[in-house]
Amino acid sequence: MPENLKLHYVVEEDDFTSAGAASGDVKKLLRQLGANPDVIRKVAISMYEGEINMVIHANGGVIDVEISPTRITMVLTDHGPGIPDVEAAMQEGFSTAPDRIRSLGFGAGMGLPNMKKYADTLKIDTVVGKGTTITMTVNMK
Amino acid sequence: MKVSRIAEILGATVVSGEELLDTEIRSACGSDMMSDVLAYCKDQGALLTGLVNPQVVRTAEMTDIHCIVFVRGKQPDECLLRLAKERSIAVLCTRLDMYRACGLLYSGGLTEGGGSPRA
Repeated sequence: MPENLKLHYVVEEDDFTSAGAASGDVKKLLRQLGANPDVIRKVAISMYEGEINMVIHANGGVIDVEISPTRITMVLTDHGPGIPDVEAAMQEGFSTAPDRIRSLGFGAGMGLPNMKKYADTLKIDTVVGKGTTITMTVNMK
Repeated sequence: MKVSRIAEILGATVVSGEELLDTEIRSACGSDMMSDVLAYCKDQGALLTGLVNPQVVRTAEMTDIHCIVFVRGKQPDECLLRLAKERSIAVLCTRLDMYRACGLLYSGGLTEGGGSPRA
């Protein structure tokens, strides 16, 4: 049984040019590993939304990805402001992003809903003033 | 529909990806909101947008979009074009506005849209 593949990424704050680089890297790797295209797409989109959220709301953070024969686990950790009302944040269209972010094509209140839609499991641990950890898994097919 | 046919219908300039003109495009979506593209776009599609920044290319990368069309005469910068080239995504520019560009592609036979949510 081969060991699981573990990857670690640092997401820089306020860097809109390289935001998405980690998700792109994981996507490329999964393709090289011969993963199912639907699985790759689900991982890429859910992780990318999380990565963008880190840049928008949390001054960056870190992402740990583990690829096992049965699933991909993504853990996104930041030390941002936390999410005061998770239930509201899960609603499509709810957004606290500033206009500056909207002008970049995000901030429509689709981030967390998209993560929930594409990941097979989504867990949000958040403490206001301390930060947020989002754990998502996508099952291999 | 091939990328070359899209360029022809829209009178668009191919600013990057001459080698991708034979790539087959199965669907298209028009949006300036990248989160909506992530939510609804199908793979092997074309994205028509008036938004010009590197995240348009990243969004295309994540959703397996093979062709980006910038409408209303918007011009991408070198950084965006480099990102697109590295990812084998064709970049076209048309002077048409979004409404007419989408309409022409639709009536030209590219009728499959982003459509309903998929997961």
